[in-house]
Formats: sequence, structure tokens, C-alpha cells
Amino acid sequence: MDKKCDKKLGVFVCWCGSNIAGSVDVDKAVEEAGKLDGVVHAENYMYMCSDPGQQKVKDTIVEKGLDGVVVACCSPRMHENTFRKAAGSVGLNSYLLEIANIREHCSWVHQNNKPVATAKAVNIIKATLDKVKENLPLETLTIELTKRVCVVGGGIAGIMSALDLADAGYEVVIVEKEPVIGGHTAQVSSSFPYFQNISKLLGEKVKAVLEHPNIKVYVNSEVEVLDGYVGNFNVTIKTRPAFVDSAKCTSCGECLAACPVSLPDEFNRGLSRRGAIFIYNASAEARIPVLRQEDCRHFADFEQSQEEKCRACVQSCSENAIDLGALPGRSEEFVGAIVMATGYDLYSPANLPEYGGGTIPDVVDALAFERMLDPNGPTGGKVLCHSDGRIPKSVMFIQCAGSRDPERHKAYCSRACCMYTAKQARLYKRQVEDGTAFISYMDIRSDSRDFEEFVQVGMEQENLVYIRGRVAKVFEENGRLKVFTADTLTGRQITMDADLVVLAMAMEPKAGVRELAKKMNVTIDGDAFLSETHIKLYPVESSTKGVYLAGCGQAPKDITDTVSQALATAGKIQTMFSNETLIADPLIAEVKDDVCSGCGVCIEICPYGARVMNDFVRISEVNQAVCQGCGACIAACPNKACELINSTSRQFLRVIGDFTSKVKAVV
Amino acid sequence: MTAKIFSYYPGCTSHSTAIEYIEASLAVIEALGIELRELPDWCCCGAASAHNLSSSLALGLSSYNVAEAQKEGRDLVIPCAGCYGNLAQADYAMRHDAEVRRRLESEFEFSFKDEIRMLSLVDLLAAEELRGEIKALVKKPLDGLKVVCYYGCAIVRPGAVTGVDDCENPRRIDSLVADLGAEVIDWSCKVDCCGGDLGLTDAEKTAELVGRIVDYAEAAGADCLVTSCALCQANVDIRQSRMPILYFTELMAEAFEIGDRARWWKKHFNDPGKLF
Repeated sequence: MDKKCDKKLGVFVCWCGSNIAGSVDVDKAVEEAGKLDGVVHAENYMYMCSDPGQQKVKDTIVEKGLDGVVVACCSPRMHENTFRKAAGSVGLNSYLLEIANIREHCSWVHQNNKPVATAKAVNIIKATLDKVKENLPLETLTIELTKRVCVVGGGIAGIMSALDLADAGYEVVIVEKEPVIGGHTAQVSSSFPYFQNISKLLGEKVKAVLEHPNIKVYVNSEVEVLDGYVGNFNVTIKTRPAFVDSAKCTSCGECLAACPVSLPDEFNRGLSRRGAIFIYNASAEARIPVLRQEDCRHFADFEQSQEEKCRACVQSCSENAIDLGALPGRSEEFVGAIVMATGYDLYSPANLPEYGGGTIPDVVDALAFERMLDPNGPTGGKVLCHSDGRIPKSVMFIQCAGSRDPERHKAYCSRACCMYTAKQARLYKRQVEDGTAFISYMDIRSDSRDFEEFVQVGMEQENLVYIRGRVAKVFEENGRLKVFTADTLTGRQITMDADLVVLAMAMEPKAGVRELAKKMNVTIDGDAFLSETHIKLYPVESSTKGVYLAGCGQAPKDITDTVSQALATAGKIQTMFSNETLIADPLIAEVKDDVCSGCGVCIEICPYGARVMNDFVRISEVNQAVCQGCGACIAACPNKACELINSTSRQFLRVIGDFTSKVKAVV
Repeated sequence: MTAKIFSYYPGCTSHSTAIEYIEASLAVIEALGIELRELPDWCCCGAASAHNLSSSLALGLSSYNVAEAQKEGRDLVIPCAGCYGNLAQADYAMRHDAEVRRRLESEFEFSFKDEIRMLSLVDLLAAEELRGEIKALVKKPLDGLKVVCYYGCAIVRPGAVTGVDDCENPRRIDSLVADLGAEVIDWSCKVDCCGGDLGLTDAEKTAELVGRIVDYAEAAGADCLVTSCALCQANVDIRQSRMPILYFTELMAEAFEIGDRARWWKKHFNDPGKLF
């Protein structure tokens, strides 16, 4: 038997109206709690969280000089803070107050059995008392805060959150992998549901970013290393070599013509070709060519002597603006918060050989079709067959290409495709009046403002032919495309000809995001989308404090939703920056340095990167600002050298003992 | 697939409509030094009828065979595509559905151990490890023979059950036939339906489906169509007179120059003999 408790403890049982009192005999609970070791006061009240209820707690703490309090009520997520503040206001250290959850854990789940529910409630109170007895008084931790932000990804999500933060007065650093910012949005011709000119909308925002005194943009760059923790991140940024000196370059274009390399242009989705030195986006303001080292012949052949190596671009440049000896750059930025706006790629059509993806030139993906619709694009805004340049008289749009197919491809819905397909088909019909647009769909998901109306206009007024079913295959026959599909509404098989097939390919996270997520200590889901902390209540927070999410890197979404999320992220960061320092909960891991053997198991297991080895004394330490108190290191430590403050093994074993000892029904 | 001895489930067509398939297959397997041991007490897999009557009957018949094969402790080779499909389904159900497994275990008084695998003949013969040996056995490369490979459904779908390389575009028979020296033509009807059991009940529909397959095989420029399923072979061979329909093991035997090929060709409606 344990020695008698020398602390004075108080128990307050809440009825929560009938929520608790309906299933738990609250008088009996008070009577039983009063008999427990150390309890000098026990009472119940209809709503303990109300002002008079809180007053009872406060008054009793003062009158009876309580050393510890248990409030038996709802989940600690509801009112732990409420009661701890109340206790703190009358001088009791707030960490000496604990919640015994007898609502979610007891009364709500045992509604028809009052004796059992009452016994369990008493047991929960007893276990919580045993924990409180050994709780230590604690103070909150204070963490320095650098009020600067690093935005990873310069697409529409990154741009919008960066602008919002910069306008609020904070310095922002954008790290963009490509030579210009704008992301996939720059490839899109116009928006739904109002056919707005995207290049104009985006162009204004890009300009605002480039001219903003608070924003610094690193293009051709990636995050190489991330150190630090919330409020104090140190980001190492690696920038590809700038082979072309933008100060000397006159954008004459001689080097583009001189380059002997010919590759499909990624920005135009293979509809045009480019050299190893090229202009990434012809309609972007920055018209300085970029040289891609991995495509360039000068760097490809190690056998050749310096003289033999290709220098066609250098020779063509009258301004001496090209230096093939340029080196990559490295920069460091100190920031307090990070926005992961890493974006998406389209799942490659080559994954759908049955649709001729990657093999038939007139089977293109949706972004390629957007490039055709762009007046500044490779076809000058005309929808043309890629194979021979003729105007397609029938276009088959295939939705859910690679989406909603758990067995072979992506199980999820890519969300934006229903709407952009309707938009693309309507734009095609405006251009080719005697043409027919067929749309193969599974379901139409048009669940936002004016979306359904937009689709209906296409169906009813613009004669888009919607066919419900999944296309079986697309193949070439006598120079035309043949499509086998079915109309599942009439139950008929359909064989039809088409001139052009547009695949609304699934969106998938940007290539390389797995490695980046690892560097950033951000968890990803099975499809490699960045995971939010809570899908309902913490939708833009990542698993690491201070790292936030925006855009399609988190899940597929359209521009409307991406921008909303980006602004939410910016708002969240501004909330954090409204304080001078950060306050952290002290309920974290601690190390008994006389027991720790420095094996490092905790460092590997820690999902937050909060455990670090002090190499000088070979003891693993806890970074207090990063630790989330999850307890993984406590379970992993072979020597039992780690403990969670106020949730020690001793406390927990006692709690488990309380629950596993025979439960006596109280009648 | 290191063990060279396998259990063998003949199925009913091996003694009847697909006798040439089995003879060719056994000849090829023997030439490769692989030993097949017939499952001592096998029974009907349920064919196409059982699962139409009762799913528990279909699962039961196939699971019994899986249980018998487990006793032998060797991977089970099932040349008939239909039998393979049924047994693979039962095996998959027992591996993934604990309730089904418990029910079948108590029914057949055994304990499912997930130790052996169900193999179609394509699984066995198109294995990467055998490629070298197969190439070495080719005496008469099938130079100039233009082939389209036709997989049908039973050894392909559902992909999770069959473990096929790609259920929309399977490629294993293609690469095997290419190793024999033939010119394999890529085409788009590899997994189209041959009509299946409709061959018995709806001749018109089957003729339509078969006609389309042969149309596209012809358009692709093929001399013949190669399959691994007895039902596909029968349906496509009987209902047209434009090209021979061979089993892939017959083609292997031809390249290896083994077996009584002249006798097998007589079992075909469209004589493959004229190809060689």
C-alpha cells in the first residue's frame, strides 16, 4: 500500500446538465471520491464550466488551500484551458489541475447502465487523482520568434500567401524551382466559371511579387537543408548556376537558334520543341534564356577535350553574356515560418497505354490543351491536331484519366477536372462551331458557386455531348482515332471516331516532394500529398510546428480553393507573428542525464526532429521548442532515460493500475 | 521459382477440347526440365457454372483444390485459364478475408498457410529466370512470323488477384513469343472479350465479338493470333476462317521442334501448319 498522500486534493464533478448526470450518479461519485486518499473536498454542480461553477473551484482552492484539483467533466479539449486559467488566477499552478473525462469516455458511451457508468466515473476520477498527486508545478516556455517567412513554391498558392504576408509588413522569401514564378497557373488559358483571362490575373500578381519591397524571389532554386524549429528556421537554398548573365543579355534570341539540342518543351507540354538553352515561358516578363545543364551537350560528353565541346550558344552571343563555367549558388535565410506550396504535376499519360497516352500524338493531356487555347501558346490559341495541324472536328475529353481507379492508378478524385473539362469543351465549341465535343465522365462534380450552372450551360446551350461511362481504349485506325466506350445510362457500347483526345489526367504531388517532405519533417500520406494536422480544425498546419501548407501539394484543388487556402495560411502565420515571442507547453520530454547512454534511438524515432545528440557529453537532449510531447522517445528508450514531464512512467503505471484493478459496481 | 518440381492441376479441358494445348505444354515443360506432379485428388474448379449458382459453391470447390495443393507443399501450375481464375480467386479470398478463410478452413478441415502460389502457365513459362533456357532451346527461330498476343480475361483480371504486369496492357506472352524469334505486333485488343460462355448460348454475339478481334488482328498485319486460354482459342478459332489461333506453348514447341505438331494442327479449325 502506498504511503498516505500528504497533499490536499479537491474533486469537482460536473453534471453537464443531463449529459453526465443522466448516466452517472453524480452524488454517489462525490461520495466515493470523498473517501479517496488525499481528497479534502468533493462536490458536484450542474455546469462546472459556468462562471459560478468556476467560482466554486477558485473559492475552494483558496479556502482549503488545495495542492491539486481534479475536475471531472467533458474532454480536456473542451475546458482544460478554462479550469487551468481559473486555478492559475487564484495562485494554484495550473499544471496541478487535471481533467477527468467522464463525459466522452464514460456517460455518453454507457447511457443505459447507471451503476456501471458511475463505477467507471469514480475509477476515472481516482486515476486522475493519482496522476495529479505527482504532477509538478510548471511554467510555460518562451521561444524567440523571427518574423520572416520562407515560401517554398512560386505557383499561385505561394504567390498569394507571400503577397498577403508581405502586405502585412513581413519579409518573405520565395524559393521557386523553375526559372520564373507562376507555376502551372501560367500554363492555363482562362478560368472557370467566368472565362477570365488567367495570364492577365496572374501577370498582375507576379508583377506585384517582383516589385514588392518585402519579397525576395529565388528562382532556379530549391531548399537544400532545413535546420531549426518554429520561430527559428534556417533554410539553405541552392540555386542552379546562372549561365546567362541577365545584366548583359539583350534577349536577342541568337543563342536559342544556335543550340543544336531539340527536346519537347515542358512548359508547352510537348507541343513545341526547345533547345538546351531556351526561354521557359515565352509570355512571361522575364525573357532571359536559361541553360539547362542536364540537357546541354557541353556538359554531356566528358571524353571530349575543352576545345571539342559544344559552345554554340557562347559563340552566337555577341554580348558575351553566356558563361558555361558558372557555379551553383548557396544562400541562407533565417525565417520563423515556412509555407509549403509545392504544387502538383499531372500524372503522365504514358501510364494509360490503353488510351494511347505517350504514343499517339493526338492524345494529349489537359494542360497541353490549355497551351493550345492560350493566344500566346505554341498554336497561337488555335485548337489543332498535334500530328498534322488540322482542325479537329471531333474532340473526345476523357475525365478521371488515372483518377478514381484504386486498383491501377490513383484512388482519389482530382477535383478540378470536371470543371476545367467543361471549360475546355466550351472554349473548343466557340472556336470550332461545326465541331463536336464529347465528354466521357463518371460523375459530374460541380460543387461550388456557379459551377453547376456553368456545366449546365455547356450541356444545354452549347451542345456538349456528355457520355456517362469509362472509355475502354483509344487507338489509331486508318489515320483516325477510334474510341471504344459505353453509355452506362442506356447500357450501350459505343465505338466512335475522334480527331483529338484530351485526357484530364489525375493530379499528383510534384516529383521530389517525398525527399523535400523528409527535409522539412512534414508527414505525407500514401499518395505523397502533404498531410495537415487536422482536416477540419487545423487544415493548413503541417505536422511540424511553424510549417504550413497551401495549394495542391496538400490535395488536388482548383485555383479558387488554392487561393482561399493560401490566404488562410498567410492569416495563420500573421496570427503567430502577432506575438513578440512564442509560448510553448512545458509538457514535453526530459532526459535523465545520469541514465542516458547516448545510443541515439530517440533521435531516429522522433517524428519532429526534436531530439539532438550532445556530442560533447554523448547525451541525447530535447529541443524544448520542437518537442510536441508525443512520447515516442519515451517508449523507444531502452534505458528508460526519457520521461514525459507530468506524464511519467510512474504516473502512468499507477493510472493503469487503477483501471486494471477490479472494478466494483457502486450501487 | 527455383524449385523445378510443381504440382499440376489438369482441369477438364486438358482431356477434351484443349488436348493439343496440354500436349504442347507438357512437351515444352519437359524440355525445360521442369517436373509436374498431378494433384492426387483434384476435383472440378466449378468452371463457369458454379459461381453463377452459388458463390459459396464456387469458392468451396476451388478452395478444396487449394487445400489439396497445400498438402503437397508446392506451387500449383494451372494451365487452363478458367481453372486458374477460379483457384486464384479462392486463394486470394483466403489470403485477404479472414472470415471466408475461417469458414473454408472449418469446411475442409485444414489450416490455410499462404505458403504456395497459384500459377498460370504464363506465370510459369514467362518467368524472367527461364528466358535464357527458352532462348537456348529454340532450334528453329520463327523468323518472319507475325504474331499478335491475345490474353483474354481469366489470367488477367482482377489485377490484384492475378498479379498480372498490367491488366490493361499485359506484355508477358509478347516478350516470350519475341524470344522465339517471331515478330510480335502491338495491338489494342489484347484483353478484349471473346464472348466467353456466350459461345454456347449466343452464337451471334460471339461471332460479332470474335469478328472484331480478328478484324483488328488482320489490320495489325498478323499471320496468327496466340493465346493461353482454351475458351478464347475455341471461340475465336471456330467462328472465322481468316487466321489460325494458336496456343503459345504450341508456338514454343514449333520453335523447339518437339512434340507431335502435325497431330495438334488437326485439332484446329484454321490449320496452323501452313504458317511453318
